[in-house]
Amino acid sequence: MKRTFSIGGIHPHDSKISRECGIKPLAIPGTVYISLSQHIGAPAKPVVAVGDKVKVGQVIAEPGGFVSAFIHSSVSGTVKSIGPRKDLAGNPQMTVEIAVEGDEWLETIDRTPDLVTAIPEDGKEIVEKIRLGGIVGLGGATFPTHVKLMPPPGSKCEMLIINGCECEPYLTSDYRTLLERGEEVVVGAALIAKALGGVPCTFGIEENKPEAIAHIREIIAKLSASDKAYSNISVMSLKKRYPQGGEKQLIDAVMHRQVGSGGLPISVGAVVQNVATALATYEAVQKNKPLFENSVTMTGECFPQQANVMVRVGTPLSFIIDSLGGIPEDAVKIVSGGPMMGRAVANVDAATLKGTGGLLFLTAAQTVRKEASACIRCGRCADACPMGLEPFLLRKLALAGDMAALEANAVADCIECGCCLYSCPANIPLLDIIRLAKADVMKIMRARAAEAKAKAEAEKAAAEAKKSESNG
Amino acid sequence: MLKIVIWTVITVTALGLVLAVVLYLVARRFKVEEDPRIDEVEKVMPGANCGGCGFAGCRAFAEATVKAASPDENFCPVGGNDVMAKVAAILGFEAKAKAPMVAVVRCNGTCENRPRINEYGGYPSCKVKAALYSGDTGCAFGCLGCGDCVAACSFGALSMDPETGLPVVDEEKCTGCGACSKACPKGVIELRGKGPRGMRVYVSCINKDKGPAAKKACAAACIGCGICAKTCTHDAITVADNIAYIDFAKCKLCRECEAMCPTGAIHGVGFPKPLDKDAVKERIRKRNEAAKAAAAAEVKKEVEA
Amino acid sequence: MGKLLVTPSPHIHTKDSTRSLMLDVVIALLPAVIVSVVFYGWRELMLLGVSVGACLLLEWAVTRFMLKKPSTIGDLSAVITGILLALNVPYTTPWWVIAIGAVFAIGVAKMTFGGIGQNIFNPAIAGRVFLLVSFPTYMTTWSQPQGLFGLDAITGATPLGAVKEGLLAGSSVQDIMAAGGYDYATMLYANLGGSAGEACAIALLAGFVYLLCRRVIKPWITLSIFATVALTSLIFWGINPARFTDPLFNLLTGGLILGACFMATDYVTSPMSAWGGVVFGVGIGFLTMMIRYFGSYPEGVSFAILIMNAFVPLINMAFHQKKFGRK
Repeated sequence: MKRTFSIGGIHPHDSKISRECGIKPLAIPGTVYISLSQHIGAPAKPVVAVGDKVKVGQVIAEPGGFVSAFIHSSVSGTVKSIGPRKDLAGNPQMTVEIAVEGDEWLETIDRTPDLVTAIPEDGKEIVEKIRLGGIVGLGGATFPTHVKLMPPPGSKCEMLIINGCECEPYLTSDYRTLLERGEEVVVGAALIAKALGGVPCTFGIEENKPEAIAHIREIIAKLSASDKAYSNISVMSLKKRYPQGGEKQLIDAVMHRQVGSGGLPISVGAVVQNVATALATYEAVQKNKPLFENSVTMTGECFPQQANVMVRVGTPLSFIIDSLGGIPEDAVKIVSGGPMMGRAVANVDAATLKGTGGLLFLTAAQTVRKEASACIRCGRCADACPMGLEPFLLRKLALAGDMAALEANAVADCIECGCCLYSCPANIPLLDIIRLAKADVMKIMRARAAEAKAKAEAEKAAAEAKKSESNG
Repeated sequence: MLKIVIWTVITVTALGLVLAVVLYLVARRFKVEEDPRIDEVEKVMPGANCGGCGFAGCRAFAEATVKAASPDENFCPVGGNDVMAKVAAILGFEAKAKAPMVAVVRCNGTCENRPRINEYGGYPSCKVKAALYSGDTGCAFGCLGCGDCVAACSFGALSMDPETGLPVVDEEKCTGCGACSKACPKGVIELRGKGPRGMRVYVSCINKDKGPAAKKACAAACIGCGICAKTCTHDAITVADNIAYIDFAKCKLCRECEAMCPTGAIHGVGFPKPLDKDAVKERIRKRNEAAKAAAAAEVKKEVEA
Repeated sequence: MGKLLVTPSPHIHTKDSTRSLMLDVVIALLPAVIVSVVFYGWRELMLLGVSVGACLLLEWAVTRFMLKKPSTIGDLSAVITGILLALNVPYTTPWWVIAIGAVFAIGVAKMTFGGIGQNIFNPAIAGRVFLLVSFPTYMTTWSQPQGLFGLDAITGATPLGAVKEGLLAGSSVQDIMAAGGYDYATMLYANLGGSAGEACAIALLAGFVYLLCRRVIKPWITLSIFATVALTSLIFWGINPARFTDPLFNLLTGGLILGACFMATDYVTSPMSAWGGVVFGVGIGFLTMMIRYFGSYPEGVSFAILIMNAFVPLINMAFHQKKFGRK
């Protein structure tokens, strides 16, 4: 009995049509547009000025807060402008525009292909290199990795899980990375495990990628023969089921522990990192190469040139599309990411970010939503919800505007995986409505928490004042 | 036979009496003591329960107003001054009159002015759409066209014009409650003073992009050029964030700004006659020349002195 | 490539639709329909036609002229109601009676609540019960069928009816059974003389298995009904076999299989959660047995389902999905 998460989930067709496409580097565009908001948290602050010459790998922006990350130039050239530019949703984001001149890398970057397997003794040094490398979670959320590797006091990490599920249909860049750069990924995983205090590490890979499972097992066997640091890395083959790559679902599948509502994975002793993040960690720590390029799956049944391409961060989407034959005639929608959680592209002139994992082209027949009809109370949305929520109920409450009931029915637990909307036979836009209600409820919850905190602090201050008074 | 009738009447009567006593006792037992003025205030309210006053409904408004120190703290935008005068009379205050307000759509991004580059295919709600992306056109500020405002209006004063894709306010029906303004995620709808006989001038754009970008996205965008502010002799226009704003309290409805606006972003509505742009421009030119001449004369005088 | 389409995620959708699910139910009902036509002849086919036609026509008319909304007959739910109604009456029922039943089922039990998804009571059962109390003679005149291959019509009682009458007359269950010559093996494939749809248990169960395989329904409601009926009758039969019928008899007779497989599992009028479904099923099973043993009607499945339909909102409130990471 293969493991999987315990509640809900769906089985969309995996459509991994680009699985045989090796990762090939893409030409560097004439100009790159590097956004300063490529991660969750505060936008980075630029440290270059217009007219500055930059090299590949040079820092162009530094963290704008604790939860924030460094941003490096992905090309060599001249900074043309720093200002707002429209992202893929058409919203303006602060962006550094760099005109490309040659491809001159920083001298500190080790460009040799040799595999460096020696793990540094000091975990803190690894975390610092990850921070300096500007590494963020590449599974989709782009949470700064170094923050995740510094567990809050009182919590202890027991296991590192490397997320190789790639449960989203169509995407294959993680799979190709495992196949082509498995050694580096394994060393990267060992580095992260070391940074977390030498914890055991498990690769969670879905059973529809048997080659990757076998390949990683082989590499681990080979590496652990010579170095003990690799002996407690293992691979777990998981049943194919969406959304297994969700952090909470993956921990449930691998460790049989459920992260509580509003809790972090570390509360059950787990840290989850994506395959691509592990690779980026390897490069940053062993090769001094910061995160400035990532692999992007270019796919879709209507897209003639299936490909996995390595692109520099800040490459315009239109440049990638044009170099692979342009937008197909019958495509009506371009999705950045997978078809379940990816974002529809409204502006093809937008540039790639660190977390861009794929561009998916969908035809009208595949993606145009059918008109919603009445709810027949079949309960499929509730069966599909991996968080055990009842989307039909949440939708009803959201339309009625009943915030208290929404909160009581755990709308804040929604991970926006899309299983409910996917499985609804009446085509009801469940997630559209629930997502909005979730945002509203979260706002109320945060306001309340802030109020409670302020009140507690005021009380504490008053108590202390009283104390000092009585003492005095 | 008669016996049955008599017994039936007696039974039913007795039952009625007993139940009446029970009802009376229950009503006494669970009676809630309330300020009787709340009921009186509620009676004079419009009863639409629209929430435009900021309370959950007319009853909640009445409760709050009775408790409040002065009726001026709360205002029923629907009933307006008439209702507030009645409320004040009940509570023994004198109400201060407020200018009537009306909802104004500050976007002129019609299908013609603002070419569509995207198409929306999700749940038809501006709020959902706004959370997803900047909209179907190059303008990231304007109306999204899904009609959240129409749904929010309890008076049927708003409707979507299928031709322009923009909401239209029926001024007769609009009570100025502001529900639409709160419902709009883009903040396109503003509550403005209705103006004398419904005449008012406003900037029908909230695009904060720099001039060229705004102009590219929409032919009728305010490009923040500031000509209107320079033209205005009443100090009613300010330009901030590349967008002009006309203070309706200061505007004297001379329509000079409207005539001078290069993109047609300034709208005058409710005026009996259409604006004769050339005449107004001529008037401004003459005034400016006179002013220039006067200034020159002033300088000359100073030099001579 | 013109304008780019922008929608919130997810961007793909399951192939299942309301229509495809309903079509699956129609397919699952086909064996029972075919068997009933073979057993009861062309008259049964006429009843099915009138019933389905009347249901579709009424739903179309109500949506078109009263609700002024796009018609919902394309989702095929009215077809299911029509088929179930026809399978739930004796084949001798006049066509106008079943038409009235269809009008009640769709017009009153379904559309007045707002159409599909809004009704509290299963329309087909509501229609059947309406006919049962309005036209008791037509609805309880059971005839041995003529069938497609010719057999003389004989008026007779259903096994449940015979037991009820016999018990009232003072005979014991064993005597009645012996007199009726009921054979359980035959009942499994040819239980003649009742409602048309009750004729062949195998055909109904085949449809149920099809629904399970296609994952249209979940088995919990049906299984808990069967288990409760079996358990309840086992207890009573164990106490007094002369007064109470045995479990197998109760499982195989009457509309139990039809009701448990196709009517209690109706999405709209059954609880959403698995445990809610079990409670619902136990309630139906228990009520059915109480009506059969102690009620004045010989059969109680319809009433039991209707009564439990009314409890569904309460059951839904009491039973929720188990939430991830919450106690």
